[in-house]
Amino acid sequence: MTKSFTEITPALKRRHAAEARFQWIGRVAIVIAIGFLITMVVSIAVIGAGALRQSHIALDVFLDPAEINAEEIKNADFGGVIKAALRTKFSDVTKRRDKRKLYGLVSSEAAYTLRDMVLRNPSLIGTTPKIWFIASDDIDIFFKSHNASGGGEETHRISSKEVAWINEFKKAGDIETRFNSRFFLSGDSREPELAGILSALAGSAFSLAVCFALSFPVGIMAAIYLEEFAPKNRWSDLIEVNINNLAAVPSIVFGLLGLAVLLNTFGLPRSSPLVGGIVLALMTLPTIIIASRAALRAVPPSIREAALGLGASQIQATFHHVAPLALPGMLTGAIVGMARALGETAPLLMIGMVAFIVDVPKSIVAPATALPVQIFLWADSPERAFLEKTCAAIIVLLTFLVVMNLAAVLLRRKFERRF
Amino acid sequence: MLSMNAIQDPVYRDEPAVEADQRDVQPVISANNVTVSYGDKVALSNVSLHAPANQVTSLIGPSGCGKTTFLRCLNRMNDLIDICRVEGEILVAGQDIYDPAVDVVSLRAHVGMVFQKANPFPKSIFDNVAYGLRIHEMTTSKTELQDRVEFSLKRAGLWDEVSDRLNDSGTSLSGGQQQRLCIARTIAVEPQVILMDEPCSALDPVATARIEELIDELRKKFTIIIVTHSMHQAARISQRTAFFHMGELVEHGETEQIFTTPKDTRTESYITGRIG
Amino acid sequence: MDDAHTGPIDFTRRLRSRVPEYLIILALVACSLVAVMVTVGIVFSLVFESIRFFTIVPVTDFLFGLEWSPQTAIRDDQVGAAGSFGAVPLITGTLLISAIAMAVATPLGLASAVYLAEYADKRTRDTIKPILEILAGIPTVVYGFFAALMIAPYIRLTGTSLGLEVASESALAAGLAMGVMIVPLVSSLSDDAINAVPQSLRDASLGLGATRAETVRRVVLPAATPGISGSLLLAASAAIGETMIVVMAAGLAANLTGNPLDAVTTITAQIVALLTGDQEFDSAKTLSAFALGLLLFFVTLLLNVAALKIVKHYREQYD
Repeated sequence: MTKSFTEITPALKRRHAAEARFQWIGRVAIVIAIGFLITMVVSIAVIGAGALRQSHIALDVFLDPAEINAEEIKNADFGGVIKAALRTKFSDVTKRRDKRKLYGLVSSEAAYTLRDMVLRNPSLIGTTPKIWFIASDDIDIFFKSHNASGGGEETHRISSKEVAWINEFKKAGDIETRFNSRFFLSGDSREPELAGILSALAGSAFSLAVCFALSFPVGIMAAIYLEEFAPKNRWSDLIEVNINNLAAVPSIVFGLLGLAVLLNTFGLPRSSPLVGGIVLALMTLPTIIIASRAALRAVPPSIREAALGLGASQIQATFHHVAPLALPGMLTGAIVGMARALGETAPLLMIGMVAFIVDVPKSIVAPATALPVQIFLWADSPERAFLEKTCAAIIVLLTFLVVMNLAAVLLRRKFERRF
Repeated sequence: MLSMNAIQDPVYRDEPAVEADQRDVQPVISANNVTVSYGDKVALSNVSLHAPANQVTSLIGPSGCGKTTFLRCLNRMNDLIDICRVEGEILVAGQDIYDPAVDVVSLRAHVGMVFQKANPFPKSIFDNVAYGLRIHEMTTSKTELQDRVEFSLKRAGLWDEVSDRLNDSGTSLSGGQQQRLCIARTIAVEPQVILMDEPCSALDPVATARIEELIDELRKKFTIIIVTHSMHQAARISQRTAFFHMGELVEHGETEQIFTTPKDTRTESYITGRIG
Repeated sequence: MDDAHTGPIDFTRRLRSRVPEYLIILALVACSLVAVMVTVGIVFSLVFESIRFFTIVPVTDFLFGLEWSPQTAIRDDQVGAAGSFGAVPLITGTLLISAIAMAVATPLGLASAVYLAEYADKRTRDTIKPILEILAGIPTVVYGFFAALMIAPYIRLTGTSLGLEVASESALAAGLAMGVMIVPLVSSLSDDAINAVPQSLRDASLGLGATRAETVRRVVLPAATPGISGSLLLAASAAIGETMIVVMAAGLAANLTGNPLDAVTTITAQIVALLTGDQEFDSAKTLSAFALGLLLFFVTLLLNVAALKIVKHYREQYD
């Protein structure tokens, strides 16, 4: 009858091997999931990092008094002045096609840069100062990718002539990359080298402000009612089931609601952060209600009983004692909800927040877009240079999400009490 | 030492159970200086106890005295708790079960356990009993499996009540039936030792009486260690009794001796109801 | 306050408060009804617009039609002037991509849930779980971008080198990205379900000499099946309703195909295509988006209700 507990029979060996395999399957699954996450974030970050630097080209520009009338600086042809400067530098370029390529070295923004400079300092007229201009997108990408490796071959975007020009600038030290503050300080543009995320960020900020202002008070009030006052009956159950289901409704359906009701029935302004914020608020509401109810539930009944025992009414007990204790938890839920709303794209497409917005929106009714929508738009753009802008915008978006979620975690930790 | 054949050989078929005095007198379980601690907390200190074959040994004592901890050491169920540390030596059938070479899987197949609360799997009655047979691949054919399930249920005194509804869920049975199902599940794999952790604590007196009868019957075939909170139960069913108090084994010996002439005053106080 | 102690105490007297309490209660009730009103609003707006659509295109054509080309022609006499609104290719496309996503998310999510719940020590669990949750926190537009610009070209390259024909916007790329996105949904809900299985069942199995893997496979997982299937239903619902990944990575070609290497389109991708840009509100093309929205809402609602019911029932069973 006795058997050795150390004897490993073939059957036992097989069972232990199965056990080891089973554990490995779990480990591999986790590694795959986390590996995907890391691959995605790192590859986007690597590409996006390029957008932090922008190539600039220096030109000796002769501010010809014949072209620029000191009285009417605004009307002068600064584009022509820059073209002339390029022609002077590369006097061997004669063919029309080559000339067009040559003019394309600097961004179309260069003329405005020059104009503003002369407007600020009219005494420059007649001199030949050295001025740094933003390089155009293809030149920028080429220079940034080959700056480290030196040389550089022609590609289908950059001809051998352009490569030669760039090398000439390089020799003279007249081309360099600088921190791309423009990316953070300007709105969208058709030209990748000029495009920035400020207008989208402002749109997101306005939308989130509206979203928070609506969903937070309504959400916590609903939670307080359901947790503290609602009678246990069919109606309360119905509301509860309804909230749980609403949390799982596809976001695009909220967009359809916004389009049909807010835009077409109520006639609210299309593409505005107001409408975007309302739609996001409706989406976020269930999250906030569910989190707030959990926070209220975590407040021990002894607090309520103590207040009621002192003669407080149920409302006083709730608003003076229970709700303040639950507030950090509610706020945590709200921040998590806001973070989700910040990343939401689909419903905003439905209500027209996909517009091409150059100017930073000034109010919640001005046309605007949002950061994730900007990412969607740039991801769709054919220009190669928008790729790194898209990645950079994603990194900015992820940074905001990380900060918000960290804030939620810290808040929870700070106020977490063991009752 | 016999091999797997001894187990696969259907000993249960027709041979009569071997009586205790015919077997070797060597104890089936002997614990020497066992100390168990959870982290910094010592739950059991320096326990030495021997349980002879084909007898029922009761572990009694007030709650928190370490009797369940001791029981769970005997088939290394305490391994499941990360911070639990066991020192000393526990021999089962002469083998040190805390030897690193010991395979807990085969140990537990030989030292079965019945728990405080009946815990049938949410499977059919048949599958509950067949579970151990299947994982240990102890049967080679379907009919053999059926035979063994039937035999185990009969031995657990449950067959007559469930023979016509073997496909019903094990959880559909009454509390007492569930516990007997768990016993049937345990004895199906033919362990040498059955550990029982207060198996009747959740049952009514009638169901308890049935389990007690069953335990007395099973002793012919198995060695049984039972934790109980009821001194009367210990007196009724066990041949030997061990009294635990505050992590110590105060006294152990023949049940009759423990209950009539305890050597230690603490045992006496407990038995007469002054502590516990 | 002093005079409160002089006369006899009147227990019927109500203490004054600045705002009448019934007004506060009323405000609270109103707030909790907002959620109900949102649901009602969704249902009404979708149903109302869909009815208008179905007066132009019969319901049967919509539900059973095999061709989807909503472009209405400029001239009336052009071929296919009215456009065709057969939703079947969109439904199959949605199902294809969701199936791929579930094929990715189910094994990954379940295996990691089992590992975290049954094997990992507390420290590993506390580290890994939040990292997995990040996957659910990343905006879908990022997955869409990654799927379209990195996964799709890679699949195409691999496929071509194997001699397969791969569309540049394949169902596979979108499905893979979506699958990873819903891994945390599957794993965290399955984890809950696994943890809800009473320890006593594990003890019983281990006490009989089963290995941990045998215990998980034969006892824990079967006992947790209702909870796990609830989590899978919720994940499927999320996959069906997901928009940005398919808009960016799956494309708009309404192919009726089961080949994951082909381009397909989905209900959500078509809603976006129909409603972005300029639109006249009364055209069949615009209204069809609401019919698709209604279909989507209905299907996901069914899945959600079923999932929540299963999960709730299961939770009560073991509580």
